Amino acid sequence: MTTLEINHLSKSFGRVQALNDLSLGVHSGEFLILLGPTGAGKTTTLRCVAGLEKPDSGMISMGGARIDGLSPAERDVSFVFQSYALYPRKTVYENMAFPLRAREMPADAMRSRIQDVAAKLRITELLQRRPAQLSGGQQQRVALGRAMVREPRMFLMDEPLTNLDFKLRVEMRAELKRLQKELGATFFYVTNDQVEAMSMADRIAILSQGVLQQIDSPETIYTRPANLFVAGFVGSPRMNFLDCVFDPAARALVADDQTWQMPLSPVQLNTLERSASGGYVLGLRAENVEPVWESAPGVIPGQVYVVEPLGDRTLVDIKIGASMIKAKVPPTFAAQTGESLGVRFDHDRFSLFNKSTGEVVL
Amino acid sequence: MAEVRLINVNKKFETAWTRRRATGESAGVLAVNQLNLTIQDGEFLVLLGPSGCGKTTTLRMIAGLETATTGQIMIGDREVNQLPPGDRDIAFVFQFYALYPHLSVIDNITFPLRAQKLPPDEIKRRVERVARLLRIDHILKRRPNRLPSGEQQRVALGRAIVRQPQVFLMDEPLTNLDASLRAEMRVELKHLQQELGTTMVYVTHDQTEAMSMSHRIAVMNLGVLQQVGTPLEIYNRPQTLFVANFIGSPPMNLIPARLHDGRQIASEDGPLRLDLNGHRLQADSAQDGDRKVLLGVRSEDMHLADETDAADVSGVVTVREPLGDETIYQVETEAGALLVKTPPRIVRQPGDRVGLTIDRRRIHLFDRATEHSLLV
Amino acid sequence: MVASNTGSSSIGQRLLFWMALGIVFIFFMFPLYWILISSIKTRAEVTDRVPSFFPFIDFQPTLTNYQELITGETVESASGVQASGSRAEFRDRLINSVITAGISTVLAVGLGTLAAYAFSRFRIPASNDLQFFILSTRMLPPIVVLIPIYIFFTDLKLQDSFAGLIILYTSINLPFVVWMMKGFFDEIPVEYEEAAMVDGYSRLEAIWKIVIPEAIPAMLATAVFSAITAWNEFVFANLLNRNYASTVPPYLNSIVGVGAIEWGRVAAGSVLFVIPIVIFTYLVRNHLLRGVTFGAVRR
Repeated sequence: MTTLEINHLSKSFGRVQALNDLSLGVHSGEFLILLGPTGAGKTTTLRCVAGLEKPDSGMISMGGARIDGLSPAERDVSFVFQSYALYPRKTVYENMAFPLRAREMPADAMRSRIQDVAAKLRITELLQRRPAQLSGGQQQRVALGRAMVREPRMFLMDEPLTNLDFKLRVEMRAELKRLQKELGATFFYVTNDQVEAMSMADRIAILSQGVLQQIDSPETIYTRPANLFVAGFVGSPRMNFLDCVFDPAARALVADDQTWQMPLSPVQLNTLERSASGGYVLGLRAENVEPVWESAPGVIPGQVYVVEPLGDRTLVDIKIGASMIKAKVPPTFAAQTGESLGVRFDHDRFSLFNKSTGEVVL
Repeated sequence: MAEVRLINVNKKFETAWTRRRATGESAGVLAVNQLNLTIQDGEFLVLLGPSGCGKTTTLRMIAGLETATTGQIMIGDREVNQLPPGDRDIAFVFQFYALYPHLSVIDNITFPLRAQKLPPDEIKRRVERVARLLRIDHILKRRPNRLPSGEQQRVALGRAIVRQPQVFLMDEPLTNLDASLRAEMRVELKHLQQELGTTMVYVTHDQTEAMSMSHRIAVMNLGVLQQVGTPLEIYNRPQTLFVANFIGSPPMNLIPARLHDGRQIASEDGPLRLDLNGHRLQADSAQDGDRKVLLGVRSEDMHLADETDAADVSGVVTVREPLGDETIYQVETEAGALLVKTPPRIVRQPGDRVGLTIDRRRIHLFDRATEHSLLV
Repeated sequence: MVASNTGSSSIGQRLLFWMALGIVFIFFMFPLYWILISSIKTRAEVTDRVPSFFPFIDFQPTLTNYQELITGETVESASGVQASGSRAEFRDRLINSVITAGISTVLAVGLGTLAAYAFSRFRIPASNDLQFFILSTRMLPPIVVLIPIYIFFTDLKLQDSFAGLIILYTSINLPFVVWMMKGFFDEIPVEYEEAAMVDGYSRLEAIWKIVIPEAIPAMLATAVFSAITAWNEFVFANLLNRNYASTVPPYLNSIVGVGAIEWGRVAAGSVLFVIPIVIFTYLVRNHLLRGVTFGAVRR
């Protein structure tokens, strides 16, 4: 059973603080994805775990034992690089054999192990080729194969799908997920693509500027984001954010520009009354904004700015007062720029954030 | 504002004579193959395709940065094949912005106007209008390389707009922006083009961009035009297998099948049977006998049945991808691995047995040999 | 992409191209040709006012110059003066050149590559300053340091020795090697070594198994340039090693002689001197191109 414990990890490069007191744990057999924008510190974390980077402070333990002092070779982990880093002068077979030779595995055992892995990844016909002769997708599989032959305690992956074209990436996502379940292995995976993270992870750890924002299942992260950053980063299209204040007299949230009101339940009122704050940000996902043609009580008036027909759904950008809201509608919805179109908010499915701290309130 | 017409345009890139002798390669690459395309006045047309499909070459030919090997290019009512780029009254926005690093933002924008020798107050008027439109009035004095990419992008756009050309040409201008900025700029660009009303020819490999912004999309592959149509036309009735595969995420499910007597569809493997009711076959397709086809069903047109008995085909869930606002299931059936897109409230786990039904109104049919759509 | 891609060039353009190429070719190759034919002319022919260009047509070729150089025998000159040089001197000098240039090249490439690797992979304090310092030594014209080096070397008893010249040539070539190889190592992604380390190898093993094989073309390219520099070096060789461990360039200068100038013999000596370096470059020609363009061409 391989668990990973990262405790209070900090690392700076010159004046840049890459990691700031980061603590998180990876469960055995889990597919954990470290998600964040570029420069968030995800690759640095991964490299510290692999031993390619030394943290300034903090502890890393695997399977209960500290691994801080160990060289990369001694940690028994596999690393899949974003650029694959396949040894250019070696054949595919040799690339996969290289790590086994370091362990002085006997030739027959080595051959059968390599052929097993090659069959599983469907690269058996490529074994005698050189990396330069392979396509991006094939190189990817070879990099995976090289990681798999060692049967390591943990797989560390640094944005391995980024260099693939879109279709291949979608295919590989499903395949990686299946592979992980088949092997029963622990995957510690880094990416900046939130769709990738959502589709593959058992849990997602969101990182921004070296600080952990939230660590939860994909569904929880999507429906109950812990702060403004997470809410804005996960989900496509981006969540709608509207500035507002709490009006106790109206028992509702009121937009800064007075264009809308969101009535609150007694429980919600209670929570808000106790947390006195100046301003709030209302977060509504596009699918929870309903466009309405006829004006009626509760319908907020607006004007169509742009209509984006995406095929399986359509996005309508609607101007409300000084703000812009995106609504997700079925592909059959028809509207023109400039038309008057009102919206209704879903009262049950919204998030409320403290404007200054960004933390979730409701 | 003008119409752009490409008539029988071909572009061949010659391999150097010395290289041909050395390696025995053929005489060259046909980057653009018999392209016939009319871009209407005031239209936002997107040239969409994978890298190497000829879309950038086509754009550069319209601009005059490449010369067509054969064929005519018309802008408005002028044939422009022999005209240098500067005389064609077009504006080009490059993928890497190509802003003059030694000039401030405002100088970058006025640079093309000075070449046109416009009077100074006209220049001032145009610049102010553009700066306001693109919300860059607060950075006019700054140098471009210190600005974030979103603002650099808008300066590049400003430099193009201020010239008030007949046609805008854009080469993947949003590719270098991060995801959220890209989504924002898509909306802005679309709105801007609607306001200005100028003809826009836009190149991208991103099908979301194409669908979201264009009036019409021209899909290209290996130098050949596959299909031209509005986003919904292309999405709902792709004419070739390539277009069907390229547009739509996740990719369309394609099930090998046989078309019997022009009416019944039976999958090669498994119990899937459909009648071709409510659809019309193309006029020239033979009606009798068996025909090898590919049945295309988009993942959102495949549904999880309530009971396994009522299903068109059944199988086992292998992968579950929760994307937040929808979930994608990969189901291993006798007809192959199929992708199903469902609302998030429906939950199945890997290992569950499920039945799938197909929305009869939204199927696609392709001839396996010609890869063309058989339906109208 | 070039804008003017309008199809194959016309006959006129091609003719012009080949003519221009021909002129450039003649311009560069003529001196070599002249030396070659001068080396097979007699003394009388070489000094003749009227130049002769084609062997067997304008003049009769002879191998006397080569003979004299290689065997060390002298032939009575017209004026009765014996040409300078003792028995087999040229052969000795040639061997000395091979030793000094060879060893200094190996040292320069070996040490320089290691230093370049360190500069590329490790965070060295004041790295940029150090690199500039190393490169700046190359900016000095040799004449400027001639006297200090002479004093320095004679104090250390390094004059007239192999060691002295080898040390000098190594330090002359090191900056170039470090500069080229660092640029080269910067181009090799560090991920290869990291992958090897994660796979179970120590850093040194990773370097030996993965990096060095990649580096060989560049090392050979820098070796060629270093060898050429050391091989042709005249100023210091002439000054420091007058009596012992002398190399060929000063010798060629010395047999120019007084009175009747032995141009034929100088030409023959030059031809013989050029041959080893040409052979070396020819042997590594495939690696040379890759090594030289590695840093310049980006994928």
